[in-house]
Amino acid sequence: MLAIAVKMLTGDRGKYLGLVLGLAFTSFFMTQQPALFLGILRNAYGFISDAGIADLWVMDPQVQYSRDIKPLSDTAVGRVRGVEGVAWAVPFYVGSTRVRQRDGNALSSVLIGLDDTSLIGGPSLMVSGRLADLGHPDGIIVNADGATGRLAQPNPVAGQARIPLKVGDVIELNDHRAVVVGVSAGGQNETGQPTIYTTYSRAKAYTPSERKMLSFVLARVKDGLDSTIVADNIRRWTGLAAYSQEEFKRSTTRYLIRNIPAFTVFTLSTIIAFVVGGLIAGQIFYNFTLDNLRYFGVMKAMGATHRILRRMIMMQAFTVGAIGYGIGVGIACLFSLAIGGSGRLVPQIPVALLVGSAAAVVLLCLFASAVSLRRVVRLEPAAAFKS
Amino acid sequence: MSVASETGGVQSVACRGVAKRYGTGTAEAVALRGVDLDVFQGELLMLMGPSGCGKTTLLSVVAGILDQDAGECVVLGERLSDLDANAKAAFRCRAIGFVFQAFNLIPQLSAAENTMIPLLLNNASPARALARAHDIIAQVGLKDRAKALPAQLSGGQQQRIAIARALVHEPKLIVCDEPTSALDHATGQSVLELLRGIADDGRTLIVVTHDQRILSFADRVAYMDDGRITRIDSTQRVGAGNGC
Repeated sequence: MLAIAVKMLTGDRGKYLGLVLGLAFTSFFMTQQPALFLGILRNAYGFISDAGIADLWVMDPQVQYSRDIKPLSDTAVGRVRGVEGVAWAVPFYVGSTRVRQRDGNALSSVLIGLDDTSLIGGPSLMVSGRLADLGHPDGIIVNADGATGRLAQPNPVAGQARIPLKVGDVIELNDHRAVVVGVSAGGQNETGQPTIYTTYSRAKAYTPSERKMLSFVLARVKDGLDSTIVADNIRRWTGLAAYSQEEFKRSTTRYLIRNIPAFTVFTLSTIIAFVVGGLIAGQIFYNFTLDNLRYFGVMKAMGATHRILRRMIMMQAFTVGAIGYGIGVGIACLFSLAIGGSGRLVPQIPVALLVGSAAAVVLLCLFASAVSLRRVVRLEPAAAFKS
Repeated sequence: MSVASETGGVQSVACRGVAKRYGTGTAEAVALRGVDLDVFQGELLMLMGPSGCGKTTLLSVVAGILDQDAGECVVLGERLSDLDANAKAAFRCRAIGFVFQAFNLIPQLSAAENTMIPLLLNNASPARALARAHDIIAQVGLKDRAKALPAQLSGGQQQRIAIARALVHEPKLIVCDEPTSALDHATGQSVLELLRGIADDGRTLIVVTHDQRILSFADRVAYMDDGRITRIDSTQRVGAGNGC
């Protein structure tokens, strides 16, 4: 009877397509909107991920998330190095600087300063040049998105496309000369600004001087030691906060969820997609059941029990649910791949998100079939004799 | 309740004092007022009467798809009031075939798929059900139309498929609600010939009809009015097909 139920469903092409498209629309938005938000989150802690070699991020205790910089004095690096269990500790700068372009326009960029010697925290993938080339005088690395986008140079030929920054180009950072020695992959941030990497000492020169300039201290725990114990040691002995990479990402996520409007927008969009898609699918499915009520009545007269009819209706609901979900999630993945090519905001679709949107579609199918089942269960089999 | 008639036929249906009313208060309508009815194996009984006289209600009670308010019905040896909803559904599933006025073939399914539904409800395998559906469709003379959708069949062909569906699981009792009212006279006659043949094979048929022209196919005709059976006439066929 389940095969009969599916044939009844697919035989009514108009309603079948309406149901599939309604659920595909819902699945797409319920996947794509959270995926965009996860993309923003990923960008927000992109530089945390880049510094994967460090076990601990040490910062001012008042820092709430990755961009909430409360500068420390450079002596903090030495204090952390002195804590028992710390193998090494290096300075890490995150700030912003202004890039003056050839046409005179000034543009804000995210500036990341890496330990002069180890260059820990630098980009892991290079499009051109090498990370080690930051050792060259005035050397900087620009992320590919910035190099081809906002930092691209004006074309001397009017009307022609701007020329991407490349190795060897010279730009001006806060009145200082800077030479592009590499172009990195990644490096996106939640502001959409270009990201420029340089050494810690040079970063301080590229930004207006302040008494305290150090953003974070990156630390490595000695082999065989528990990083939570060493983090506790750092907190106790230096008065600074120390988090593992994952803890720092989580606190950044929590802060952004609570404080940025994008989260509200994406959440609302997801809820609206769920509600609207659910109503559309529920309505179409209910109409489909009403159209077939006579035949469910006939089957009831012929001896179909409520259990059989329930299974048939749920089979119909979950068939359109599965197909709609597949199409919706498929489009969301293709969308993610297409957007990913542009490099700015890559929607993130982890397995948990797929499971979550599948659960939402299951809920919608249960809702649609429950509403329809009520009519079928209440239907008198004797109604089959009504012409 | 007795299971044998005075003529020696095996009783398929025995109803005593069956009453049924719809609605309550001022909206109350009495459909059946203490109906007694016996139908025998291999008999084709027609129920005649004006609209609203209770024919379809009586048919529904006998078929076990409507509960009476009073009285008793024993159908194929089962006292219907003793059965709960699931047992009644199981009884209908195995023992009763239905033919409806409006055919009620599911439009998205082919003739064969429509025909196999009672077998699927009786837990037959889809392959076996389909093979049996093709056999029975051939028996009603529509072998080459088994894959057609109902919309691709004429009214007479649709009713033949509906009859095939009613027969496919070999029920002992077949109830038909105005099986010819949606058909022209010639097509109606051919459908009645088919039903007559089924009764002659030893099955019991109860046919509700308004059509005077088909009465000659019946063994007996029960006339109803205002919720009662007012008269039962035997035609020359009585006893001819009861297998005795």
